[in-house]
Amino acid sequence: MIGTLLKRDLAKFFPFAGGGASLPVMFFVAVAMLYPFAVGPDVNILSRTGGGVVWIAALLAAILPLEKLVGQDIELGFFDQLRLRGLTEELMMAVRLVAHWLSFGPPLILATFPAAALLAIDSPTLHLLLLGLLAGTPGLAAIGLMIAALTASLRAGAALSGLLMVPLALPILIFGAGALARQDGASLGFVAAISLGLVAMAPFAAGAAIKAAREV
Amino acid sequence: MQVQLPSPKLAATNLACRRGDRLLFRKLSFALEGGQALHITGANGTGKTTLMRCLAGLTTPFAGGVERAENLGLLDERPALDLDQPLGKALGFWNALDGGADPAEAHDKLGLRGLLEVPVRYLSTGQRKRAGLAALMGRSVQTWLLDEPLSGLDTAAIETVTQLIEGHVKSGGIALIASHQRLDIEGLQTLELGDFAPSHQLEEEE
Repeated sequence: MIGTLLKRDLAKFFPFAGGGASLPVMFFVAVAMLYPFAVGPDVNILSRTGGGVVWIAALLAAILPLEKLVGQDIELGFFDQLRLRGLTEELMMAVRLVAHWLSFGPPLILATFPAAALLAIDSPTLHLLLLGLLAGTPGLAAIGLMIAALTASLRAGAALSGLLMVPLALPILIFGAGALARQDGASLGFVAAISLGLVAMAPFAAGAAIKAAREV
Repeated sequence: MQVQLPSPKLAATNLACRRGDRLLFRKLSFALEGGQALHITGANGTGKTTLMRCLAGLTTPFAGGVERAENLGLLDERPALDLDQPLGKALGFWNALDGGADPAEAHDKLGLRGLLEVPVRYLSTGQRKRAGLAALMGRSVQTWLLDEPLSGLDTAAIETVTQLIEGHVKSGGIALIASHQRLDIEGLQTLELGDFAPSHQLEEEE
């Protein structure tokens, strides 16, 4: 049952499966491509600041799928029908979280390689960057899911979710990008811990949000 | 020989539901057992859809209680089919989830065979309604809550759907139908939801 649901969610959200879901990855690479044009081709500046730019691009790319993430399925009555089949909202949201992360986390991590080449990021920094994104993107996915579920029934939900994502994602950004500046992987432990907490919390918070959205 | 399932039950006692701040109906009681069908009528805004969602357990009643089977089927104006997927695939998801039997028979009955390759986005209201019914038929639930099952359907489809509901009731199921249209179903009981509106009752009590 969970497998069937995950397969359907992935078909909806995975990039290149149709539905314009590849947009976040394109956006991510586009930022990495534009940055050297904006600040000039100085290799020193690029390699010193490039890692931070990748983190900002990843955070902003995580905002893009939020509009469709939960709201559309509420409108379609999808969660209602699952509920009638005895599935809990928490389970639906846990599956949605996995599908959401799979459809933007790994593609972003892969896209970091061309981005690193464009930004002249050296190999130790790239190493920290990849580890940081691996630890941080599940947390970004969890924040995104909670916000998407909370704002799904609001009329200006899409714009609001982008705004809400930024402050909540700040700790992940600080510790993730901080590891690059000091060339020290220790703070990535904090990123992983924050992500873990958020991932554990997200299905319950998002599940409560879609339950509350019915009671209007 | 079919496995004898316990007789289904659907009952409401002194049920009151509201939408937003507005109380829609109150002191609504009824009890249905297997083989019974109830037609809910009422003007727009009397709370037919809210009643359906309340009975299905999707919203909490303001007062009173609902007794229902663990699993029940609800058909409303949202058939929960992915708009971008072809109909066959969208229905296939629910079929896989329900572990149902071969859906071909239901598709044939509801005239969906020729539409299976068409994306759900391009289907008309009536076609979507029929697709929702096909998904409902794929589940072996005994309680059917049908919110406007006939809206958007052509004459032939109305007859087919009426027969389907009748067949379901005859085989021991429960059907609760909210509809503005007349239903030709044997032994159908009727409940006018407007009679349970709060203002109406106050006038009577005075």
